[in-house]
Order: sequence, then C-alpha cells, then structure tokens
Amino acid sequence: MRSRTAQILLVALGAVALAAFLPLWLNAYILGLLTMAYYSGVFAMAWDLLFGFAGEVNFGPTFLIGTGAYTAGILDNLYQPPIWLCVAAGTLAAVVGGVVLALPALRVRGPYFGLTTLVAVLMLENFIIVDAHLTGGENGLTVPDVISISDSTNYEIALWFMAVSGAILFSLARSPVGLILQASGQDAVQAGALGFNVTKHKLTAFIISAFFSGLAGALLVFYIGSVSASSLVDITVGVQVIIAAVLGGRRTILGGALGAIFLIAMSELLRPLGDLSNFVVFAMALVVVLLFPGGFFGLLTRSKESG
Amino acid sequence: MATSARLEVSGLTKRFGGLVAVKDMAFDVQAGKILGLIGPNGSGKSTVMKLIMGIERPNAGSVRINGTEVAGWPSHKIARMGAGIVFQHSRPLHRQTVLENIKLALLPDKLTRLFADPKIDEHARAIAARVGLSAALDRRPAALPFADLRKIEIAKAIARDPQVLLIDEPFAGLTATETAAFSDLICKLRDDGRAVLLVDHNVKSVARLVDRVLAMYVGERIAEGTADEVMRNETVRRVYLGGSIETAARPESSFRDRATPFLEIDKLSVHYGKAQALDNVSIHVHAGEFVSVVGLNGAGKTTLFNAISGFLPYAGDIRRDGASLRGMTAATIARHGIVQCPEGRELFTDMTVRENLDLGGQHLPPVESADQIGWLFDLFPILRERQKQAAGTLSGGEQQMLTIARALMMKPKLLILDEPTLGLAPVILEQLSKALERLRQTTAITVLLGEQNVTFALPHADRVYVLEHARIVWEGEPASFAAGAGTGYL
Repeated sequence: MRSRTAQILLVALGAVALAAFLPLWLNAYILGLLTMAYYSGVFAMAWDLLFGFAGEVNFGPTFLIGTGAYTAGILDNLYQPPIWLCVAAGTLAAVVGGVVLALPALRVRGPYFGLTTLVAVLMLENFIIVDAHLTGGENGLTVPDVISISDSTNYEIALWFMAVSGAILFSLARSPVGLILQASGQDAVQAGALGFNVTKHKLTAFIISAFFSGLAGALLVFYIGSVSASSLVDITVGVQVIIAAVLGGRRTILGGALGAIFLIAMSELLRPLGDLSNFVVFAMALVVVLLFPGGFFGLLTRSKESG
Repeated sequence: MATSARLEVSGLTKRFGGLVAVKDMAFDVQAGKILGLIGPNGSGKSTVMKLIMGIERPNAGSVRINGTEVAGWPSHKIARMGAGIVFQHSRPLHRQTVLENIKLALLPDKLTRLFADPKIDEHARAIAARVGLSAALDRRPAALPFADLRKIEIAKAIARDPQVLLIDEPFAGLTATETAAFSDLICKLRDDGRAVLLVDHNVKSVARLVDRVLAMYVGERIAEGTADEVMRNETVRRVYLGGSIETAARPESSFRDRATPFLEIDKLSVHYGKAQALDNVSIHVHAGEFVSVVGLNGAGKTTLFNAISGFLPYAGDIRRDGASLRGMTAATIARHGIVQCPEGRELFTDMTVRENLDLGGQHLPPVESADQIGWLFDLFPILRERQKQAAGTLSGGEQQMLTIARALMMKPKLLILDEPTLGLAPVILEQLSKALERLRQTTAITVLLGEQNVTFALPHADRVYVLEHARIVWEGEPASFAAGAGTGYL
C-alpha cells in the first residue's frame, strides 16, 4: 500500500513536470484555460476530502471559495496591501467561515448537512448583491492588482499551486489521520466506539477543505483581476466543482484535478456545438457517474488494485 | 469488593418519546466474568448496550467503568475509559486490508499523527494472531468469509485492551464449528481478566459461556441467576413459551387443497453475501389456513417472507396454486393477492389514517373501497376514531392495526404478518389478538404469521413451524409446541 501511494505520487509528479513545459508550445489562450482548470482542480480536490473521506456532501464549496476570493478582493480594493496579505486574509476568512458553517451543520445528519451548506451559498450570494458598495454587486469586483501579466507565469503558479495542494491533500488522505477520517465518514457510531472523536476529525477536514478552497479562490482573484458572484459563488459553479470531483473519482483526491481539467477541456473542444456543448459535457459526466462510479481515477487504478 | 467490579450499572433508564425502552436496570460484571443479557426482540437489551457505550444517552441512572462514572459521556471518551464493543454487523473499511483495519483501531485520536508508529504494525499483527486472522492480513474484507469479518470486529474491539467488552449477538450467522471457535476466543478474553457482557436472544445460545444471565422483557429485568436458574424461571418460560395457551387448531385434513396446497415453498435457500439466511426451508400453507412461523430474531423469518414477496433472489422454488412465482416482480406478486405487512410497518407517517387506507385501496372501485374501509373500521374500531390523525402520531399498537388494515384493503388471498407484536405492550397484544381471531372466523383469508412471541402466535394457529438458525427444526400442531419445541426455544 505504501509503495502504491509512492507510485501514484511519482506518476503525478511526472505529469506535473511535463505540464510545466507546456508554455513552450501552447498559445496564451490555451494556457489561460489550463490555468483556470488547475485552480478548479484544487477546488475539487478540497471538496473530495470532505465527501470522499469525511463522508459529508458539501453543496457549498463556493461558499468557501467565494468567502476567500471576496475577502481578498475587497481588502485589496480598500487598502491595497501586498497581494500575499490579501491572499492570506482571504484564506483565513474562508477557514473562519468554514468553522462557523460546519459547527452547526455537523450536528445535523444526512441531507440536512448538505442543505445547510447550500443555504450558506445563497446567503453569501445575497450579501454580495446587496452590499454592492463593497462587493461591486452584480457587476463584480475589479481589483487594482494582479499577480502577473505574463500568461506563462500565471500558468506555472497555478500548476505548482495545484501540485503542492494535491500532494498535501493526498498525503493527508493516506495518512493515519485520513484513515480515521474515512472510518468516521463510513460509520460514525463505530468510529466513536473505537475511541475517535468523530466531530473533531470531521471539523478538521472541513477546516482543511476551507483552507485550500479559500486560498485557491483568493489566488484566482489576482489571476483574473476581478471577481463576480456568477463566476465564483453561484450554485452552478459549485455543482461544476462537485461534478469534477465525482467524475475524477470519489475518495481519490487526485481524481478531482483530472475531472476539473477534463471538464474545461471538453467544454472547449465542444465549443463549436454552441449552447449544446454544456449539455453534452453534462451528459458525458452523467454516463461516467452511472457506469463508472469510481470515476477516471478509479478506472486507471482499478486493474492494479484487484491484481 | 467494588474494586473487582469492572462494570457497574444502576438505575439505568432510557425513554424514546413516550416509550420506556429501558427501565431501572441494575447489574454489575466482575473482572474475569461473563454476564449474558438476554431478552426477546424489542426487550431493550441492545439499548442497554448502547447506553453503556455512550451511543445513546441515558435519561437516568449510573454506568461505572472501573469505578468511574461515565453515564452520558460521548462514546469516544467511554471507549478510552476501557470499554469496547463488538457490533453485530461488520462494517470494515473495504478499501483497506485486514491489517489496516486493525491498525485503525490502534491509532491514537490525534490530528497530528501523520505517520503511523511502527510499533502499531507489530501490535496489529499480534492481535490478528490472537483472533486467528494471521493468514488473511493482506486481504481485503470483501474477499473474506463471514466468520473472518466477525473476527475483524473482535480484533478492533480488543485493540485498545478494553477491560469491559460488550458483544452483540456473538454467534449470529456462524456455523457450529465457527461458533465453537468463537466461544473459545471469548473464554480467552475473559481469562485475561476482562468483564464481558454477551447480548443475545435466548439463554441457550450463551449458556455454555456465561457465569450469570440476566433476562429482560419490555425494558425490565425479569430474572437473574445462573443459566439453569433462568431457564427454569417461571416468568422467563411464560415470556418465551407463553403461559397456558388455549389453542384452536383446525386439522390439516380439513382443508380442501390437500393435494396442491395454496402456497408451497420447496427447498428454499437464501444467502446474504456470505451469511446463510435460509437453508433448505420447505413449508406449505393451505387456502384458508392460519400458519405461524415461530423463531427468534435472526432466525430467518423476515428473509422467508421477503423471498415469498419477491424481494430477494433465492434458490429453490415458491409455488402458488402449483405455479412457480419465480421471475414475477414484487409488485405483480402483491397485486395477485400475496400481501405482506412488513416488520417495520412502513406506514406513510405524515398521511392520515384514512389516506393510508385509501392508498391501500387504490385499485378498487370507489364503492368497493368504501365498503372495505367500513368493514375494517368494524374490525379495528379505534381506527375509525383516529381517521383524521396522521399515522405517525398513532401509538405502536394502533400503527400495527393500521398496517394490517392497509394490507387488507388490497383484499389479499394470503396475508403475511411479520412480527406484528414487535415492541407492543401486553394490552395492545390482546386487542390485536382479538382482531386476528375475528379475521380468522369471519373470512376465508389465509394468514402466514411470523412471530417470536409464542403467546401471540399459537392461539390462532392451525399449524406451527419453528425456524432456528435458517432451518425449519420443528413442525406440528400448536397444542404440542411446548412439549415438542419449547425446550429448544428458551
């Protein structure tokens, strides 16, 4: 098992190393798409830690992402501190928001947890629209700073950010802590009887998920140079994150990155279909989820696992 | 003397809404001793175990582990005080190997432990050797036989070296050889100086192991003593075997369909994964007959009924009027007149009594449906009063009557009743019993009743089958039940 973990990490590292050279061949447009995909990948991986391991369906990944992004963006607009400070503040806000949301939400069971997280998204979205003098309302918020104007620099930052986040989340999931988390998600009663404080472990998972979601959201603001509710907070954005994670493979962490890249690549390839393209992408996602519940990553690793 | 009592329980009480599930329970278990906690299904014994482990919070009472009061604590803290539980159902982590499943139980409850202590590996292997899993260490749970899955549960429960060990139905689903091996293992755990609480349905299954037995019924202690004493106890005998029961069986020869009985079940076998739930069961029911299948919880009654209703794949054959039911969907079987009242009742709890009944009569023309409801209100007068009430607000007994009434709305040829008495108070049982008697005398309906409550199952029955560990072990007239099968039932 340990060697298998190392094997997967090695393959993933190889893939990232190859991807690092892509700016040599690809044009700015495609690099931009991939940059977006890499940030989405982090969203999906952070979500999988909650769903795949803690067993909690968080319908509000965009609550965490949006809190991080808007906090960073608003701070930059108001005081123009260094970018890293804005990003740190955004991440912190997402973690705090995550705790505030998770503490009551983890008390309720099953679908109610999901519903609570869903309502949190609606509340955040509403706040953004109403408090327009701070958030820019429906027009979105434009920030005065960006990390870089070079496409390849932005690309490399996103790539390595995804790689490091993925490595951390993956190692965590495969560590003893991840094992306890899995047990808590699958059978909370039994995990409690084995001496594990289930709430503590699930809350920690939520905090870690919030950390990476908020960090990615805040970084994304300074890549795009703006943030809007429709691009980062809306329910449909959250659903895309969930689809990416499930498509890539539940309980695999790294699958989330694959899923996110696949979703963005497909909607680009199918662009000639016009409005139909999203429909086709979602239909494909549906087929994968129905026929291969293990997702892409499950397909890739299944042969080894049974052998 | 309090020093050697590893587990002390006193005044333990648990209410679920208006239902008192456990009332003023008191017992203690010394180091190196085994206490058997027995009682029929619904008697509250599992709740006692959950209260001790902190899975449910008691309303009142005390639970002491090694002298420390733990009542009301969350279960992870109770586990750390030295209590361990072996659940009846195995739910290991399926992606992990056996070794990793055991290691899980050895991990400290810390968020900072990102790398496992190498000692844990050694420790886990030692525990696996102890329970006899050494050969299966690197396999995944899905590839293991049922008995090994149970061993994983024991391994996990003893990983933290608990001084108090609770075991729920230790031998459910095991073969005779496996049961013997498990008994040995439990004895060894006791010999380490642990206090062991075995929870099971009857004395017989745990008699060989226990030092003392405590029998429960409807939340209360009814007897305590050695296995022999409890088996001889009058109250226990009455609960399990019924008191002096008046039976009114009609002889089998009085039914017209002797050559081809209405329902024939031929060598039926059912497996749940690796556990055998039914083994070569053959029974038959004549048209108009009232047949009781008596058996303790887990004997296979529900499985038998679910197979008849077409909910389960099975080996063997089920014939109605000589024609096989194989391949028919559950809906078709029900529409053709074999209707089951499931153990869980499955009422639409937010709908009113009347709506539940109307739903059952969907396929009937409105006039006929209204007639049928009128007849049912005569059969169960309380339902007429409760017509506009939501089904969920009815008492347990009223819900059971509604379940039966709803099934009767479908005008079944064969009515299957799965444990209608589950969790009901004695007064209600009597009302239900009268309704069944009227049903039997005034209609031509055929009834197949599954029960562990003999007092309820025998009076109306024309014939009785006893189901034990997936097999039919006795068949005969209700009058001869106590003499013929009673001893095996205790």
